[in-house]
Amino acid sequence: MYEIIVVGGGHAGCEASLASARKGHKTLLITGNIKNIADMPCNPSIGGSAKGIVVREIDALGGEMGRNADKSLLQIKMLNSAKGPAVRALRAQADKITYPKNMLKTLNNTPNLEIKEAIVEDLIIENNKIKGIVLENGEKINSDAVILTTGTYLKADILVGDTRTRQGPHGEKPSNHLSDKLKEYGFNIIRLKTGTPQRIEKSSIDFSKTKVELGDDRYWTFSFDNEIYYDKDKQIPCHLIYTTPITHQIIRDNLNKSSMYGGLNDIKGVGPRYCPSIEDKIVRFADKERHQLFLEPESIYYDDIYIQGFSTSMPKNIQEQMVHSLPGLEHAKINKYAYAIEYDAIDSKQLKQSLETKVVENLFTAGQINGTSGYEEAACQGLMAGINASLKLENKEPLILKRNEAYIGVLIDDLVTKGIIDPYRLLTSRAEYRLLLRHDNADIRLRDYGYKVGLVSEEKYNKFLQKKKKIEELNESLKTIKLTPKKEINDYLTSLGIPEIKDGITLYNLIKRPEIKIENLTKFIDKDYDLEILEQVEINIKYEGYISKALLEANKMVDLDNKKIPDDIDYDKIHNLASEAKQKLKTIRPTSIGQAIRISGVNPADISLIMIYIKKEYFHESK
Amino acid sequence: MNDTIAAISTTLGIGAIAIIRVSGNQAIQIVNKIFKGKDLEKVQSHTINYGYIVENDKIIDEVLVSVMKSPKTFTKEDIVEINTHGGIAITNKVLELLLNNGCRLAEPGEFTKRAFLNGRIDLIEAEGVMDLINAKTEKARNLAINQVNGEVSKLIRNLRQKIIEILANIEVNIDYPEYEDIEQMTNEMILENIKTIEEEVKNILNKSENMKIIKEGIKTIIIGSPNVGKSSILNRLLNEDKAIVTDIAGTTRDIVEGNIKIDGIILNIIDTAGIRKTDDIVESLGVKKSLDLINEADLILYVLNNNEEILEEEKEILSKINSKNHIIIINKIDLDSKIDKSLLKDYIEISIKNDIGIDELKNKIKEMFNLEKLDNQDLTYLSSARSISILKKSLESLESVKEGVKNKMPIDMIEIDLKQMWSLLGEIIGETYTDELIDQLFSQFCLGK
Repeated sequence: MYEIIVVGGGHAGCEASLASARKGHKTLLITGNIKNIADMPCNPSIGGSAKGIVVREIDALGGEMGRNADKSLLQIKMLNSAKGPAVRALRAQADKITYPKNMLKTLNNTPNLEIKEAIVEDLIIENNKIKGIVLENGEKINSDAVILTTGTYLKADILVGDTRTRQGPHGEKPSNHLSDKLKEYGFNIIRLKTGTPQRIEKSSIDFSKTKVELGDDRYWTFSFDNEIYYDKDKQIPCHLIYTTPITHQIIRDNLNKSSMYGGLNDIKGVGPRYCPSIEDKIVRFADKERHQLFLEPESIYYDDIYIQGFSTSMPKNIQEQMVHSLPGLEHAKINKYAYAIEYDAIDSKQLKQSLETKVVENLFTAGQINGTSGYEEAACQGLMAGINASLKLENKEPLILKRNEAYIGVLIDDLVTKGIIDPYRLLTSRAEYRLLLRHDNADIRLRDYGYKVGLVSEEKYNKFLQKKKKIEELNESLKTIKLTPKKEINDYLTSLGIPEIKDGITLYNLIKRPEIKIENLTKFIDKDYDLEILEQVEINIKYEGYISKALLEANKMVDLDNKKIPDDIDYDKIHNLASEAKQKLKTIRPTSIGQAIRISGVNPADISLIMIYIKKEYFHESK
Repeated sequence: MNDTIAAISTTLGIGAIAIIRVSGNQAIQIVNKIFKGKDLEKVQSHTINYGYIVENDKIIDEVLVSVMKSPKTFTKEDIVEINTHGGIAITNKVLELLLNNGCRLAEPGEFTKRAFLNGRIDLIEAEGVMDLINAKTEKARNLAINQVNGEVSKLIRNLRQKIIEILANIEVNIDYPEYEDIEQMTNEMILENIKTIEEEVKNILNKSENMKIIKEGIKTIIIGSPNVGKSSILNRLLNEDKAIVTDIAGTTRDIVEGNIKIDGIILNIIDTAGIRKTDDIVESLGVKKSLDLINEADLILYVLNNNEEILEEEKEILSKINSKNHIIIINKIDLDSKIDKSLLKDYIEISIKNDIGIDELKNKIKEMFNLEKLDNQDLTYLSSARSISILKKSLESLESVKEGVKNKMPIDMIEIDLKQMWSLLGEIIGETYTDELIDQLFSQFCLGK
């Protein structure tokens, strides 16, 4: 008997089981294959635009992904460093051997957490409440809550050319019955598809025909622990190449052999828009002469190179021709062919903001089963599901992050409010208030929550409070330190290429000028501050106008989100609701007016009617 | 729900006075911004305050403002009611000022809705209110659609498309920074791109102002020194066209309005009767007030006396009206000519007394406002105060974009204001599909692993 069972040992499952066990709940993690714990079946990278910020958020809340990535780096860089602070994000190449190994070690060392190798084929449900799971061999294991993080393993089919094989990414056995059972219990099952490119033997590539892509020449960490595990001078490079006219010709000539273009005629899965196969790119963007491809190292322990941008479902012989048409890959040895994978997922509109399902109480889901794609997207949901399943057992309110607090909040709100059609990837464009959701301030936004739920230690929390205090202190002191137009000061400014000052000016106001960097002014500040504190203060001052605009907009949304809709509201009783709106409201069951407004098809008139109905039905007595 | 709403509460154009009602936590503050008189933020609740509605220190109207503080009001929020001197043009102008200063145009029935939500109206009325709101919102939605005609919504859609293409390019640079063969959008490119957008928006605004003239009439003022015959000209025009004169008795107002139709063109004539009165006391003040009115008018009828020499201050006014639509009228040609006509370029000579030159005056007006042509051929205008005020706001966003570029802000900051403009334009034509940008991003660029 366990308190919480987590089904699946991918990125969602690891975070979920760690959160639950660390919060003191007796947890069982069930995985089809212990070797595949925290596996990275697709690209060997963590982070990227928006996703890198999610990793910071996971860390701020007390999750594991950031720390684990820091221990497994091959290369790391800050994206968009030439742009504004809101869009900066870390992207790392992570070692596909080291990352899972370190994660497994952490899981093994965590008290209250057991790992079991098995396939789950059914759930135990009593009175719409989860009671445990049933294994393939019929064995029953009981628990108070279950978190499903099954990834692509529900009825997984690997597609290569005209062949369809029922198996997972590494040829493992998928779960064939669990999704049918879920359907039986009332879930709407959708079919999704994704794909991955070839892996090439490193020694067979002529890198002289490629462009080298290096990591940054300075240290970075995902985690706010700021512990460095790598040597910045020994980072492994990536390489850039382009497709050739021959590549395009081969693909066009063989298009009908691709699983997606006629090779198979029973494809139901919807592929991700942001991640089209190379066939898709060549068909949809026919006039584009070349497409960019990255050669990424997978590990220092084996020699596979991942071709980012070349995912395909062509038959193997065509793949050979395609790969050999690429510069530097004329004699490349393909270690693993590209494939597409089709799998079952549930309709995310059947979830609450806490990631508990509306269909079965105490059943939570996270990761690809909810229709997302990406390691980071999966990990953050796993963390939230782990936290909220624990809080539910503790009879506490769930932790729900708002859209102006975290990308995690944007992601979950999108899933439960809008639902998905194709696999969901986070993009900075999905966040309305991305100026507030920055890489640099993830701890300021979320550390308090992490501490409150018990995943951030006293020590780390105190360190954070110190940092916050210093930020305020520096911010205030900049308002009092004034520079006067003395010769020595102007000479110094001129030496930095900064225009001279004519009147006395506070450092605070000086920093507002676009050409001024705070690090150039440290000699006028009486105390030494860490770079991250200087940076934080600089951003707040420099972009004050834009930040306050964003805050104003965000507050409007928060006001609406704070107007709660009662759980038991009966939309059939509200006269005059538009029928489309009524139907959507009944499925999604928004918890607040703010969430209701974000549902497409629910218009302002419907919102008025709901508000009046609530007022009339629920607040009559209190008047 | 916490925003401040405003609407004209009386039927437009009917009645001697009009009331504009403002409700919400910013009501007093916003009205105070455009009010000259007592500081409304300091006055007692439930008081009536005399003063002027002003725009950049220019007087729009003389008004009485009732200030009623929460909770003892109809909506239980702060309410301010502005009593204006009726008239379509002035009432709309005041509403427009409120909208530009932070109010939102109230939806039909919204005051009642707030009254209900805030617990002011008895719950028994609930069902009635719900039906009312539903009916009215439907109607308003249709109304809003009709207000934005096909031509202009096509134009705005095109503008939005132009903006979204820029946005998608910026977004793709941010979300896929590793794609080197995708063009990097720069601040300079944005500046270049928004030039045509700005021109087109200004164009629509101009045309919309013209359309306002067609729909609401030409704001015409008759000015001139005392005793040149302004009132007789007004009366002569009015009598013949059976117009309605609204002369509000018992008030201190100095403007008389009358509507005349000349071949389908409506003239809202404002006689500056009060100026004469002020003129007697302080000559210079009279001139200043005339100048203010000149700035607001669509048409100026400037009357000179054939029997008098041109005064210095008349010369001053002549130079001021040069850039505006104006007609110089030399009245009293039945008397001896003492006026130096060589100082005037173009004029019409009339005699009210002997009924000479009236038709010529009317023809001249028709000639100046060749409105039929405008009406039939060009439909790219906005007709509702709401749409016009949103469009003006979108221009402000564009200004912020330029400001940001000037301050060398990073592109993702600049983009905030550009996005704001894009969603404002969307508001005008009722498009608020939030995933539009992401759809655009993936259709415009080739990306993926």
